[in-house]
Amino acid sequence: MKKSAKNRIELALIYLVVLFVFAVIAYPLLWTLSISLNPGTSLFSTSLIPDKLSTEHYEWLFTDPRSDYLLWYKNTLLVAAVTSAASVIVVSFVAFAFSRYEFVGRRHGIYAFLLLQMFPVLMGMVAIYLLLNIVGLLDSLWGLVLIYLGGGLPMNAFLVKGYLDTIPRDLDESAKIDGAGHFRIFFNILVPLAKPILAVVALFNFMAPFMDFLLPRIILRSPEKFTLALGLFNFINDKFANNFTRFAAGSILIAVPIAAVFLFLQRYLITGLTEGATKG
Amino acid sequence: MTAGLEPPTSARRHRPVLAAMLSVVPGVGQIYNRRFIKGALFLALAAAAGNLLSDFLATGYWGIYTLGETPMDDDSRSLLAQGILAVIVTAFLLMFYVYNFIDAYRDGRKLRDGFRIPSVRENFHHAWDKGFPYYMVLPGFFILAFVVIFPLLFMICLAFTNYNLYNSPPAKLLDWVGFDNFRALITDELWRKSLLSVLSWTVVWTFVATTLQIGVALFLAVLVNDPRVKFKRLIRTVFILPWAVPSFVTILIFAAMFNDTFGAVNRELLAPFGVQIPWMSDPTWAKITIILIQVWLGFPFVFALFSGVLQSISSEWYEAAEVDGGSRWDKFRHITFPHVMYATAPLLIMQYSGNFNNFNIIYLFNEGGPPVRNQNAGGTDILISWVYKLTFESNNYKMAAAISIIMGLIVAIFAFFQFRRSRSFREEGLY
Repeated sequence: MKKSAKNRIELALIYLVVLFVFAVIAYPLLWTLSISLNPGTSLFSTSLIPDKLSTEHYEWLFTDPRSDYLLWYKNTLLVAAVTSAASVIVVSFVAFAFSRYEFVGRRHGIYAFLLLQMFPVLMGMVAIYLLLNIVGLLDSLWGLVLIYLGGGLPMNAFLVKGYLDTIPRDLDESAKIDGAGHFRIFFNILVPLAKPILAVVALFNFMAPFMDFLLPRIILRSPEKFTLALGLFNFINDKFANNFTRFAAGSILIAVPIAAVFLFLQRYLITGLTEGATKG
Repeated sequence: MTAGLEPPTSARRHRPVLAAMLSVVPGVGQIYNRRFIKGALFLALAAAAGNLLSDFLATGYWGIYTLGETPMDDDSRSLLAQGILAVIVTAFLLMFYVYNFIDAYRDGRKLRDGFRIPSVRENFHHAWDKGFPYYMVLPGFFILAFVVIFPLLFMICLAFTNYNLYNSPPAKLLDWVGFDNFRALITDELWRKSLLSVLSWTVVWTFVATTLQIGVALFLAVLVNDPRVKFKRLIRTVFILPWAVPSFVTILIFAAMFNDTFGAVNRELLAPFGVQIPWMSDPTWAKITIILIQVWLGFPFVFALFSGVLQSISSEWYEAAEVDGGSRWDKFRHITFPHVMYATAPLLIMQYSGNFNNFNIIYLFNEGGPPVRNQNAGGTDILISWVYKLTFESNNYKMAAAISIIMGLIVAIFAFFQFRRSRSFREEGLY
């Protein structure tokens, strides 16, 4: 009797904590949603529960001639798709070589990748800016793709290498004895087995351009080349309180699909990451 | 052309050392080894490099040494960039040159020992087979050299120049100034004070924010994993939400919510109690707020990791502990905690380095502010956001570069310890 009372109190406390965390998580998110549905553009006049709902900000984003929102969406999708595809290819090649071949310089190469993985691209930002200027890739989406590709390379290569290391070598060695070439082993044996981690790499690189605003801010100049993050940041950076409602609406439209993909794939993501990491 | 058909007796007189010596001019040694196609290829490569690159290299070395001689005509920045490229290209050429000696010597020995000269076809096959890992790494390596290695070298060089807003190309020339910038960081009152306060806050920030984030995640993961709790899936999904929403969006929203005058926290949550807190304009409050926001943003990822591990711990462990009469705390300390840490340690370390470089939250929340008297860094600036502001707001490139180097040293020391502990490093020996 006494034990079950204690049991119930404990359980109640647990649920209380869970509810508290729910509230803390939901408050800012709901606040944003309600602001995006508030009529008017001023942050001062908004309240958590709007008097009347309006979708005017969403309509403004899509229909107003002064809005570049769709263009930004297109730019971001382009950058994301190219970065994601290119990095899966380049990264899996590098990881394949490091995981499966013994060659002069391999050890140093791994050291170099490990070390470079810790330096943020941001540290060389002056140089990147000047360099892109020299080769004419400043204010260009391709320049952005290149930087994303290079910046994420060491870390992604490590994730994939760690994962490939967990795949038994007997598999490719027996294929080799059967006369399979390098590429055959790679594409027919390793790639199918490494799909989970390759999916993680693809997804991370696809998401990055949606979430990052700093590199676009350094590299891109003309508004018609902005990515979503940069464009939205400028909404509130220019005239703070005035455009916040539009910013909120634009953000919701990014956050909802990304959150959906994340939640849908999170189990997959976590397995890919922990398996790569515990070995890697 | 009959050379290749000569009997092996003459081959015995073949001297590999001579082959290596002849390779002073790349390719000649190979031709002496009767590897004509390879020799011609090497010769052509060397000639091309000599012809096409000599001008480029000469300008590069002149540029990196003098940093330009006539203002307006010479842009010190481009010259510096070209100089660094020249050094990199030279390194590659040297590698090729050394390889050329080794190759001539090896082939010479093979010839002397009576190996048959392989056919062109076999050679190609061999080059493909042995070179395969290099071809795989090469594209990645080139991108890395361009995007990461070159900029880092450039940044290191800038730290030893006098490049700032008042002395910037092409109107002015840059000069090498040795360690002056580092000296200024230590001796100049303003810089020293700023550096110390930013450095100490960076360390506190990295440590407190990340540890708190991991602690909260562990607490919640264990709580939700309790067998009596229902709706586990729903709870876990909601807890992961902050990770799923792009962080730049949430940070900007928090920045608006915590705004001193019109933010929702002061206006809606605290107004009923008659309390108004200067979240953004007081350095201490700003720091606390940023740490709390980071916990909000960062705990879900760790929570998801921990939840995954917790579910995989076999219940037999706990049953055995119960038989032995272990308390709940014992079970946590001896079963749950070691399991979770073992499985996620590398990812947790990455959380620390991620926060050390967490530019987004610092800059987007308050642009590193509020301003602090007698120092040129804001109250919540960490090293990376300070470097950003020095670079793009006050154009003080030389100091930004010097501080970047200090940052790099910290990262390198950290990396060194991680190397030694990293399991992948120890497992290297397996293959």
